[in-house]
Amino acid sequence: MIEVRWHGRGGQGAVTSVELLAQAAIGVGKYAQGFPSFGPERRGAPVAAFSRIDEKRIKVRSGIYKPDVVVVLDSSLIGLVNVTDGLKPDGILIVNTTKAPADVKKELNFSGTVATVDATAIARKELGVPIANTTMIGALIKMIKVMELDSLKETVEHRFGRIAQKNLAAMKRAYEEIKISN
Amino acid sequence: MAETIIMTGNTAAAIAAKLCQVQVVAAYPITPQTSIIETLSQFIESGALKAEYVRVESEHSAMTVCISASTVGARVFTSTSSHGLLYMHEQLHWAAGSRLPVVMCCVNRGVGAPWSIFNDQQDSIAQRDTGWIQLYCRDNQEIIDTVIQAYRIAEEVYAPVMVCYDGFVLSHTMMPVCVPDTETVNSFLPPYKPHTFLSAEKPRNINPVIFPGMRHNSEGVLCDGYMEMRYKLQEALEKARDVIVSVGMQYAKLTGRDYSELLWRYKTEDAEILLTGMGSIATEATVAVDQLRQEGIKAGVVGIRAYRPFPRKAIQEALKNAKALIVLEKDISYGFEGALCSDIKAALYGTGLNAPLHNYIAGLGGRDVKAREIYEAVKTSLEDMKSKKAQNKTIWINCRR
Repeated sequence: MIEVRWHGRGGQGAVTSVELLAQAAIGVGKYAQGFPSFGPERRGAPVAAFSRIDEKRIKVRSGIYKPDVVVVLDSSLIGLVNVTDGLKPDGILIVNTTKAPADVKKELNFSGTVATVDATAIARKELGVPIANTTMIGALIKMIKVMELDSLKETVEHRFGRIAQKNLAAMKRAYEEIKISN
Repeated sequence: MAETIIMTGNTAAAIAAKLCQVQVVAAYPITPQTSIIETLSQFIESGALKAEYVRVESEHSAMTVCISASTVGARVFTSTSSHGLLYMHEQLHWAAGSRLPVVMCCVNRGVGAPWSIFNDQQDSIAQRDTGWIQLYCRDNQEIIDTVIQAYRIAEEVYAPVMVCYDGFVLSHTMMPVCVPDTETVNSFLPPYKPHTFLSAEKPRNINPVIFPGMRHNSEGVLCDGYMEMRYKLQEALEKARDVIVSVGMQYAKLTGRDYSELLWRYKTEDAEILLTGMGSIATEATVAVDQLRQEGIKAGVVGIRAYRPFPRKAIQEALKNAKALIVLEKDISYGFEGALCSDIKAALYGTGLNAPLHNYIAGLGGRDVKAREIYEAVKTSLEDMKSKKAQNKTIWINCRR
């Protein structure tokens, strides 16, 4: 089972990312679960969302405390939220930032893999808005290899209709442009 | 064609109500239930569901509207949580006493004071004796399936059904749900045809003040008194066990999903240590059972689907070979023990089973219940139960004492 924690701010679409990823995962025959951090929500406030993907039916109903992967949608959260909290020492941290992965790795003193991509710039260019949630799915797919990027096509088309192609293009760019430091 | 979609428990509940073509929805928003009625109001506004949405100023009024609409023969739906359910309490008795097939989702949430919006089952457990059938769901698939079955059960038994599921843990968690197609639901659930209903053409006085004895109606016929009506409600709920099973079997035939029992089992065939519970906590217990079995401890889970009517015989049968029992629950009957624990003990009375039983009170006010904690508690209990003094205990899990 792969467990992912997403960090974002209320309104940045972390929960939508979780839903799209789960829908695409069941589309390729896997089992999936997704949930927000339980409780009240406020626009702009730090929020978390969680994904589980497995080959077997998922029976766990409790929270994710030791994720395999952490995705940070908004780099301004670093320093404000302990984004590597509980992240497995050999886990993967994916950050939407202009910084090089080696710099983030050093800054957070994290032992695992760090990957960075300027998803906000990609989203601004491809979608016309600085909302990086779908773009970062492309980055995540590159790093966890649970499915092909193409597996998201149907889900994204169903969800976004006429702006689906733009989202898919942004995801593809993140998939290709992500930089990795082991 | 049935389609599998990732959705929250609340979306599943709303889609189920739509598939059942409910005619009246009356509800008042309360976390964590609100997104059910938001979704339903969108269905109604867009015309996808031809129903009347009645906005009310309280849950008490919501249930009153449901009772009124059901009295004139409509299929009705509402949902609530926590204080909303408590505020409805009086009307819950009225719905059951009037023998109306109202279906309601209770998205389980803790009860104040202090305020908590998070999950436990104190809210619905506190309504145990209102005469409602209570069914508990363990995942989002069961939510959509149980709401659909609930209408068949309610309309056959003439008793209201409360479909209970854990707030946030299911209501806000997205899981794959196979949505039955409209034709399948239509063939399973025909339009509601009440045996009697109130109409303007035939005005009647319903639920008048009644004296302790039996009474003659205006035509001079000796009719049931209060006591007889209460007896019949009790009989109806006793009979509901068979109805729940037969409805579940018919539903299983149409969908391939097994609802043929009042409870569900996990690795119970050779189990000596049996864990029981209702809702998501019982599912989490199956993960703990897998961990226990890795160490050769023969554990299993018996999950309770129907809490009222209580599956007395099914529980006796399912637990008969237990060498140790653990009852997990997210509620407490203050001054005694967990409500489910008492019921299970009562069901086992006279069967000769005298296995040690530990009652775990867990997850109150949304405190996360992790499989590892259940696993560790069971290991401790098994050690503890070797002592004669520790055969029957209530243990608070993950709680500072």
